[in-house]
Amino acid sequence: MDNLLLNVHNVSKSFPGVKALADVGLDVRHNEVLALVGENGAGKSTLMKLLSGIHAPDSGSFELDGRPIQVQSPKQAQELGISIIHQEFNLMPDLTVAQNIYIGREPRSGNFLLNDRRLNARAAELFARIRIDLDPKSKVGDLTVAKQQMVEIAKALSHDSKVLIMDEPTAALNEAEVAALHEIIRNFKSESTGVIYISHRMDEINEIADRVTVLRDGGYVDTVDAGSTPIRDVISMMVGRRLSTEQRPDPAPAGTDVVLAADGVSTRDMLSGVSFELRAGEILGFAGLMGAGRTEVARAIVGADRITAGSIEVHGRQQKIPNPAAAASLGIGYLSEDRKHLGLLLDRNVKENIALSSLGRFSGGGFMKGKAMAAKAQELVGTLRIKTPSVNQPARNLSGGNQQKVVIAKWLLKDCDILIFDEPTRGIDVGAKEEIYTLLNELASQGKSIIMISSELPEVLRLSHRIVVMCEGRVAGSLSNDEADQENIMEMATRFGADDVVPAGAEPAGGTQ
Amino acid sequence: MSTVQAAKSESRTHTGDTAGRTLSGRLRSSLQQFLAFASLIALVIFFSIASGKFMTLSNISGILLATSVIGILALGTTFVIISGGIDLSIGTGMTLCSVMTGVFLTYLGLPLIVGVIGGILTGAVMGLVNGTLIAALKIPPFIATLAMMMIAEGLALVISGTSPIYFGSTPGFTNLALGSVIPGLSIPNAVLIIFIAAVLAGVTMSKTIIGRYTFSIGSNEDATALSGVNVKKWKVLIYTFAGAFTGLAGVVMASRLSSAQPGLGMGYELEAIAAVIIGGTSLQGGKGSIIGTVIGALIMSVLTNGLRIMSIPQEWQNVAVGAVILLAVYLDMLRRKETS
Repeated sequence: MDNLLLNVHNVSKSFPGVKALADVGLDVRHNEVLALVGENGAGKSTLMKLLSGIHAPDSGSFELDGRPIQVQSPKQAQELGISIIHQEFNLMPDLTVAQNIYIGREPRSGNFLLNDRRLNARAAELFARIRIDLDPKSKVGDLTVAKQQMVEIAKALSHDSKVLIMDEPTAALNEAEVAALHEIIRNFKSESTGVIYISHRMDEINEIADRVTVLRDGGYVDTVDAGSTPIRDVISMMVGRRLSTEQRPDPAPAGTDVVLAADGVSTRDMLSGVSFELRAGEILGFAGLMGAGRTEVARAIVGADRITAGSIEVHGRQQKIPNPAAAASLGIGYLSEDRKHLGLLLDRNVKENIALSSLGRFSGGGFMKGKAMAAKAQELVGTLRIKTPSVNQPARNLSGGNQQKVVIAKWLLKDCDILIFDEPTRGIDVGAKEEIYTLLNELASQGKSIIMISSELPEVLRLSHRIVVMCEGRVAGSLSNDEADQENIMEMATRFGADDVVPAGAEPAGGTQ
Repeated sequence: MSTVQAAKSESRTHTGDTAGRTLSGRLRSSLQQFLAFASLIALVIFFSIASGKFMTLSNISGILLATSVIGILALGTTFVIISGGIDLSIGTGMTLCSVMTGVFLTYLGLPLIVGVIGGILTGAVMGLVNGTLIAALKIPPFIATLAMMMIAEGLALVISGTSPIYFGSTPGFTNLALGSVIPGLSIPNAVLIIFIAAVLAGVTMSKTIIGRYTFSIGSNEDATALSGVNVKKWKVLIYTFAGAFTGLAGVVMASRLSSAQPGLGMGYELEAIAAVIIGGTSLQGGKGSIIGTVIGALIMSVLTNGLRIMSIPQEWQNVAVGAVILLAVYLDMLRRKETS
């Protein structure tokens, strides 16, 4: 028992409508790096927030070095020796490196006067001790992402932490930076300290972790030895076998025309050489982990982000698409994952929301033709089976599923035949998901072409005729539905990483049909 | 293999690129300060050439005197704006402080120093109320201080019985702003007061804990709170500190006019905010400086004074100041876009 640094017992946490964690336990030993893995939504982030005192658990307990602890605030977590580096940085960009690290603990002369000389000296001492190369006086906002990451780490380590928890620390780093980070972690772990390392990159886990704890759907799955367990086994623990009786789509219509083709599309921040083809009447799924660049592909296609290389063909003609309005006039509609902010005017009614993108056709001489608008909206409410008392109901009062249908109606009215759905069932309950699935299938069989971006693998497998798997801004591979399963998608989605070698068959898609 | 190598070299150039941008970013940010100062010098040179009456000692001293009230208001509000807030109540709040100074000195017949401190404290109490509304009750700063602006206006009228309070019974009070403690130089004390206030504000901003947290909260409030700083407490302190400057402005104003004029004040807040913005402080918070605000306030009064000397009507002076604000903010946005 005395070998346990941190012990988490049967912790549960619910948020309104969601059970985020159910009876999860894990332990961290001294001088070890414990990797914590799981799919999107497995409960890793929730567990972190409990450990850092941002949320309180509904039940369960924590022990640090054998003593029970209660973490009530981030400050208290730090005082106990638990430091967390979140995925989104908690830095003040306008302050210097040293000012950021010692915020709230500034060396002072007297009560109110700051002593910046001592502040900078203390930071320099810290950097020397943990072997990080940073200038205490540079402004954080001027640093690269990797350097900002280092500032976060230095800040965490300045607290004399016992447990260092890192959430996806390498998501934005290149290989040299990842190696440097791993070096810092190895320097940090000791007989009195340990690390929880959350990552999606399987190859990294072999590299840095001693043991791996797997979470799935808010529950604990298993803890295994990192060195001796094959990556494939870890992946199958992550995805589980929960859907053995999966439904699969009907085969796609054969030999239809290519309606949309991307060739080597790159953007400044994210994408590099993304190629794929979308055929008429087809649902093309985009799978990948968070941050893999799936949404960015959609944004690049509709012109929301600028393309720096490559080209896009619509119906066989090369097109420059400068903005989403141009995409819409080519018949490409993008349904954002952030429906409530970017898809709907919540306080306006169903009728107005449906007509919003096509107002031109409902106006004459500058006046709105209310009756025609209502009639058309009524018709779409019927075809899409939108459950609403009337077309005059504010969109806010509809359920998530029906709101999504209103957004779909808006794009159908605009005569879009290429629809890009980004997380079409996010925030929609199970029954309504089925309805959205049925609707997507119907749209495809009517000849609409659909790109569906989804983080839920069962959803991707259930609907997509073909699946493009993305990883780190690139296409890691593409699969037809009958050759795809959760394991091989996950394997592709975690393919690139610190490792230099790309496994065979990882040529960018395009050749794969 | 080749894709990985391409990605690698790409990320490398990206890093180098950012480092390059960092350096020029730093240059550009000091350039902005320099630019404001250079514009001030250019304006002074332009008006000196355009009119012989501009570069005289009495006119310069007039410009500085005209800067004093708006300048002191702007000093305090620089803290509020850098912390990511806004304070619309400083104009009418200043008037309320003038009136209260009148009450202390004239109605209650308290000693001069007590009246002055009372006026300043009135401002601090208003700031305390603003800060509490904003930090504890989470009322958006714009709304909280808009309400306080109207409350202060009303209270000033109620307390004074809608008529000016004259300081006839305290003759020393007028000398506070208009007298001159420096023998031989006809520089009014008000100018000395704003100079001291600016030094005090500048030191507070760059050397004390309140200044550090002002920048930190404006830069990223959530991160500051997660770092264990009691953001609520410091926000209240920032508004209270800024309020003391409003109080000081009220005292100086009353002394300059030898009276507390309850009908004045509305509109001063916007001029003070304009001075802060021209001085390069960002309305988004996190960025700005006291020296910038001083330059901004001077640019505004030099512009107004110069145009008046050139006999350009008041209406056009407003147009010119408006144009300067647009230009300053646009330049600031350009800079921001290129550094981010």
